[in-house]
Amino acid sequence: MTRRRIALCVNGSERDAWVLPSDTLLDVLHDGLGLAEVRYGCGEGVCGTCTVLLDGEPVSGCLTLAVQAAGREVTTLRGLAGPGGALHPLQDRFLRRGAAQCGFCTPGMVLTSLDLVRRHLARGLGPPSRDDIRYALVGNLCRCTGYTKIIDAVAEYAALAAAGTPPAGTSPARTPPARTPPARTPPARTPPARTPPARTPPAAAP
Amino acid sequence: MTVTDPRLAGPRPGYRVVGTSPAHHDFADKVRGSLLYAADWQLPGTLHGRVVRSPVPSARITGIDVAAARALPGVAAVLTAADVPSNRIVELASGGLGELQVTMPVLAADRVRYAGEPVAVVAAATQQIADEAADLVAVDYEELPGVFDVESARADGAPLVHDVGNTLVTWQIRSGDAAAALAAADVVVEGSYRTQHAEHAYLEPEAGVGWLEGGVVTLRVSTQVVEHAATIAGILRLPHSKVRVIAAYLGGGFGGKEDMTVEPYLALLVWHTRRPVRMIWDRQESLAASTKRHPFLMRYRTGADRDGTITAQQVEILGDAGAYPNLSPRVLFAAAACACGPYRVPNASITSSAVFTNNVPASAFRGFGAMQVTFGYEAQLDLLAERLGLSRTQVRERNFLAKGDLLPTGERVGTCVEVAQTMHRALALLGDPPRPSGPGKLVGRGIGCNRQPYGRTIWFRDRASAWLSLQADGTLLIRCGVTDLGAGQAASLCQIAAEVLGAPLDDISVYIGDSALNPPAGGTFATRQLYMSGNAVLLAARQLRDRMAPVAADLLGTPADELVFADGRVWAGGAGAAAGGPEVSITLAELAAACDRRSVSTAHLATWRAEAGAFDPRTGQGGTFPDYTYGTHAADVEVDPETGQVTVLRYAACHDVGRAINPMRVQGQIQGGAMQGLGYALTEDVAIEDGYVQAALFADYLVPNALDFPDVLVDIVESGEGKGPLGARGIGEPPIGNVAATIAGAIAAATGVRPAELPMTPERIAALLDEKGRTR
Repeated sequence: MTRRRIALCVNGSERDAWVLPSDTLLDVLHDGLGLAEVRYGCGEGVCGTCTVLLDGEPVSGCLTLAVQAAGREVTTLRGLAGPGGALHPLQDRFLRRGAAQCGFCTPGMVLTSLDLVRRHLARGLGPPSRDDIRYALVGNLCRCTGYTKIIDAVAEYAALAAAGTPPAGTSPARTPPARTPPARTPPARTPPARTPPARTPPAAAP
Repeated sequence: MTVTDPRLAGPRPGYRVVGTSPAHHDFADKVRGSLLYAADWQLPGTLHGRVVRSPVPSARITGIDVAAARALPGVAAVLTAADVPSNRIVELASGGLGELQVTMPVLAADRVRYAGEPVAVVAAATQQIADEAADLVAVDYEELPGVFDVESARADGAPLVHDVGNTLVTWQIRSGDAAAALAAADVVVEGSYRTQHAEHAYLEPEAGVGWLEGGVVTLRVSTQVVEHAATIAGILRLPHSKVRVIAAYLGGGFGGKEDMTVEPYLALLVWHTRRPVRMIWDRQESLAASTKRHPFLMRYRTGADRDGTITAQQVEILGDAGAYPNLSPRVLFAAAACACGPYRVPNASITSSAVFTNNVPASAFRGFGAMQVTFGYEAQLDLLAERLGLSRTQVRERNFLAKGDLLPTGERVGTCVEVAQTMHRALALLGDPPRPSGPGKLVGRGIGCNRQPYGRTIWFRDRASAWLSLQADGTLLIRCGVTDLGAGQAASLCQIAAEVLGAPLDDISVYIGDSALNPPAGGTFATRQLYMSGNAVLLAARQLRDRMAPVAADLLGTPADELVFADGRVWAGGAGAAAGGPEVSITLAELAAACDRRSVSTAHLATWRAEAGAFDPRTGQGGTFPDYTYGTHAADVEVDPETGQVTVLRYAACHDVGRAINPMRVQGQIQGGAMQGLGYALTEDVAIEDGYVQAALFADYLVPNALDFPDVLVDIVESGEGKGPLGARGIGEPPIGNVAATIAGAIAAATGVRPAELPMTPERIAALLDEKGRTR
């Protein structure tokens, strides 16, 4: 198989990569471009670990061919940080809420929930509810936290983002103060159809 | 709804740092995505590895042809058993107390005993070439009869997995006269319980990178145990000093990275090719071939007086070890030692056996044998309550252990038992029972109490070391061989050192998980690291403070025992400060400089030794575990009798952790453990048919997702009486144990039928309800 050169925009920088037609976006980002935070978890699109935003929309890097990303914009977790490495407010909430234990699912969790909050706010729906968050994260597995602290973190960020206030910057150990989110306009598009796996959702608690 | 506990806000009385929940270095790196896990390490010229595995569960190998694989361009090595310097791993997991001695090859030579057993290993320039080469390794198998369940394996004439026999080990624990007490009991309840194979399903698959550096085979891998370096050296016939294992921060372990995974294969490839090699097991490979949780078959008979006081219990446990010993002898020991739960049982007869089959090997998994039995003993307590017309809480309270009580092994319970308090608090979190969501739906409430050990069995004479160094600028280094699975193993050491030495958390760096550069701490398993390394760091910090205190006292003109180490300084403290006098202090940097001038070392190595003891396998009496963590879970469920679907409405968990070093992390452990337990109870099953794992894809193995179950409500009891640092108890494993029993009890309360087999799928519940309908 012959390799071809693709150009893509990764976290705001133009990057080139020589790729095989069979190379996944995950392979190219992790091994080729050195974006270690995009990690292999299952290769089936089941666990959500390798989630990146492709033109602003969450996709599984393991199910996306690198050539499909040619000419498009890719955002990974490190692309959320502000100048000087300041944490994005959603990352800040994850940090303070203990929403990362082993941390392996964290990039996918943060990117998927950021997309959810942006979509909700862009459509004037207000902050997503805890059930909305659970539904959006159904394709991102976590084996450590039991999800509660992740949902706490996303719900807090969503409320702050909806109120338009920068989250309070009570700075934790060795972490720069929280910042307002960088102005990133979500691309105008229809929300992705995310079908949850065929499992019966629990009835709402009485 | 959030479950944030207002008590998370500040330190515990008398402490500055312990009891707070700071955002540590590891959390910060993880939310940034900047932490480099095992597969993230890149070296120039790295080769890619692939294990060639047996496709059949039981066969003789009649030939292996590697010519085609070796001829493929880009292939650097194709190794088989003949290339392994010492192709024998003999693991005596119980320390040789009673198990058969069975050898496990690194690469199978003439016989394979499970589907997925490694036969060859390949390294190539790219992963794709390595995968192709692995497919080109031609192995001739002559299939042999296999045995795939424990009862068949114990039958006369069963095919032998190993020539020495199919029963790897049998443990017996006896106290009093169980048979006579059962015969004399007012009531006897009986039950048989079956549990399944389960997968750890850490999000990070088994992975690592190895290279040769200065003649040392160096492996940076995802492992819970860097001490495997010695085993790897044995395989390569190298001195121990020539193998170094570095554990990256893990993307989850749960016991599945307690045995070696990629290490021996990486080491062989590095040693043969002299080049860096990376190996990542596919998720599908991990599902098929990594170790699993032991399925148990348990039979319980429990006798009691009319008032509910337990007089006797007989327990027989068979665990499916799979094809090789791994840690099965110890898992089945823990099962026997904990088979009676947090209850007084004056007459006990407990037998547990680990049995070989041609299934994928079972080994360590959070809970380690002590969790499967919870499904048995808690069902027995519920049955007893039902038979006697007592409430489930009454029958438990009548029998809960207390400090000073005898366990069936003849040991006395050495610390307080606050299990009753955890039960009441868990029930309080649930509140009033819910109403059914619609006509025909059934709701019910269950509780599950447990006793889970922390620390290794005491005949291993466990120890852990830590080295602390106050730097010239007043900052602190910690070195400790602990591995960090994501539970904050390293971070809690920082909090303990900060508490004692007064160094701000930001000024502490902790170096972990290196068999060459760190003082050994033992692996992270058996809920032992806070207990062991926590105590080692506490000891080292106190000894270092005691050594430096006279220097500070001299500078400050105050008695050494009145000094206060806090906020990066040493304060004169004592009476002067209490009287509101001028506060006098020096910085830790000034203290370090003064120590240096007086030739007082500011670095200190300490080794902490756990209590030692002995167990006699012939009498079944003696020492077992250092101590236990007790807890209770409670749940409300709704059952749809049409479909058998079980919906968990509310879930609460409470454990006595002795002292919460970092309450947020304690909550996280409990929430995560409970969620893993909910999967075990209701959805997860590595079905194996005739030795073949049926879940070919990760999608086939139902790890709980964010929609499946509700938030886990948590309460924490701090009795202050654990044997860990500052009175802490371990909390890594305990919270997974209660769940299946809790849910089974809730289903029984809702429907009147008790599931006795895991997982409790809709099919199984519907079948139980059908059966009940027919017999009515």
